[in-house]
Amino acid sequence: MKPAAYWHCFAGIQTREWLRFWQQRTRFASALVRPLLWLVVFAAGFRAVLGISIIPPYQTYITYETYIAPGLCGMIILFNSMQGALSMVYDRELGSMRVLLMSPLPRPFLLVTKLLAMGVVSVIQVYIFLFVALLVDVEPPVWGYLAVLPALVLTSLMLGALGLLIATWIKQLENFAGVMNFVIFPMFFMSSALYPLWRMNEASPWLYWVCQFNPFTHAVETIRFSLYLQWSPLAWGVSAGVTVVLVILATAGFRPQRTKILGAKPA
Amino acid sequence: MKLLLRKTAFAALIGLSAPAMASVAYVSNEKDNTLSVIDTETMEVIETINVGARPRGILLSKDFTKLYICASDDDTVQVLDLATRKIIDTLPSGEDPEQFALHPNNKHLYIANEDDAIVTVVDVTTKVVLAQIEVGIEPEGMAVSPDGKWAVNTSETTSMLHWINTKTFKIEKNIVVGQRPRHVEFSKDSKVAWASAEIGGTVHIIDVEKLEQIHEMSFKVPGVNQDRVQPVGIELTSNGKYAFVALGPSNHVAVVDAKTYEVLDYLLVGSRVWQLDLNKDETQLYTTNGVSGDVSVIDLEDMKVIKSIKVGRYPWGVVIDPNS
Repeated sequence: MKPAAYWHCFAGIQTREWLRFWQQRTRFASALVRPLLWLVVFAAGFRAVLGISIIPPYQTYITYETYIAPGLCGMIILFNSMQGALSMVYDRELGSMRVLLMSPLPRPFLLVTKLLAMGVVSVIQVYIFLFVALLVDVEPPVWGYLAVLPALVLTSLMLGALGLLIATWIKQLENFAGVMNFVIFPMFFMSSALYPLWRMNEASPWLYWVCQFNPFTHAVETIRFSLYLQWSPLAWGVSAGVTVVLVILATAGFRPQRTKILGAKPA
Repeated sequence: MKLLLRKTAFAALIGLSAPAMASVAYVSNEKDNTLSVIDTETMEVIETINVGARPRGILLSKDFTKLYICASDDDTVQVLDLATRKIIDTLPSGEDPEQFALHPNNKHLYIANEDDAIVTVVDVTTKVVLAQIEVGIEPEGMAVSPDGKWAVNTSETTSMLHWINTKTFKIEKNIVVGQRPRHVEFSKDSKVAWASAEIGGTVHIIDVEKLEQIHEMSFKVPGVNQDRVQPVGIELTSNGKYAFVALGPSNHVAVVDAKTYEVLDYLLVGSRVWQLDLNKDETQLYTTNGVSGDVSVIDLEDMKVIKSIKVGRYPWGVVIDPNS
């Protein structure tokens, strides 16, 4: 297969995702409402919650808004990825995923391209979110906005692969509520998105270790460190490693023919 | 990137043209009986010096060769030689000196003695006590106008500013301000004086010629209980543009427009921010944060806190040596 064919396919999938995104502008806007509510309403009541401690990558005392902004960037990507997974189940039910997989290009390429296409939409949302966050004085260094891009793409890929893996195992569209309860919320709450891990450790050591083993913690930390122009080998190492494993598992496990749609028999 | 290159080139030029003499800040650590020396370029503590018991107020001699230290629990003022960073002398101070101020003549040191309700004036060259002036109860803040005409003392319990004529060592006027006045700062032209009242939560601006209050301001830090807004240290920029007020346990520094008295911003620093000092070119402001045991550095161009540096326990005073 020629590189041009790969490019053609890549561009095609991106375009489709863009079209879908453009047709769902209201969903896009409503997806921004959630993190903004957290930032403006939730964080406002917890300004003093961090107590007195300066943790890397910050050089001085920060407001709670500043602390949770990277976690909310992660939240945007997390919700988008899971919604992407939902759309894949939907696609599968309508068969359009099968149409995509009919392409002669290798399946892993098709799936990773699909994940990246979903990621681009998330990344745009994150940038809009960060722009609005300026209004509540979340002001990372200017170069941080550029430095955070690789972290955002990596996180999108990681969570997208996770979503895809879950989509593979979901039998029914209705099970998405289960995904919310068993994947999104635990991943989000048991991470460093809302509280620094030293606080978790004070509250309960086992919770601290759960958070440490949660890959979402490390995804948030890559975003946090990059946004403040610092390097965290641990966060990057864990995020990259988990992403590779999840992408391999998700692409190897994806079987469109496995699903019997809602248990219904084909007409 | 361009800016970065330019900055690097500039730094290289400086490096070539001047001997590597870093600018330093001195911080008195009340509970550690030490001074922390901070390199203001790297913003790191480079040395810790043992001094007398409970060091609080510190100030530089007018020729920037000596640092005077109120060693409160030793009832003395110590003299640190800045070239060697060694204590070379002690001065009589009266009991429990906390704050003091040096007259522009570089000789007369005005020391507030909290327990005795007096202000002691010492000649630092002859070590002779020139006068002991009775003031209100619990004298605390001390300032001398840059033109040398006035020495002002604040008494905490009497809630007064005592205006002392530096020629006669006599009080000429008392001005009542908010509860527990802590600190007085003169503008560089000696025309106005700013005084903070810790419990009153107010800052009073006094016209020095008329010896009258021209304005009283208060503060409202968003998300902080009003009880915790307790103004203490004040710094004024020499261009008359800004005033900075340390707001104690509210953990914020107020940035004030010195002309309109409007609060422009509240900057988050460490716990119980106490005293302040500007660096030589007035691009940075250092704050001591007593309870959190650190010093925050504020960049005045962006009006942002850029770093908090761990020092000893209960940092009280800070001065930046403009000569180093």
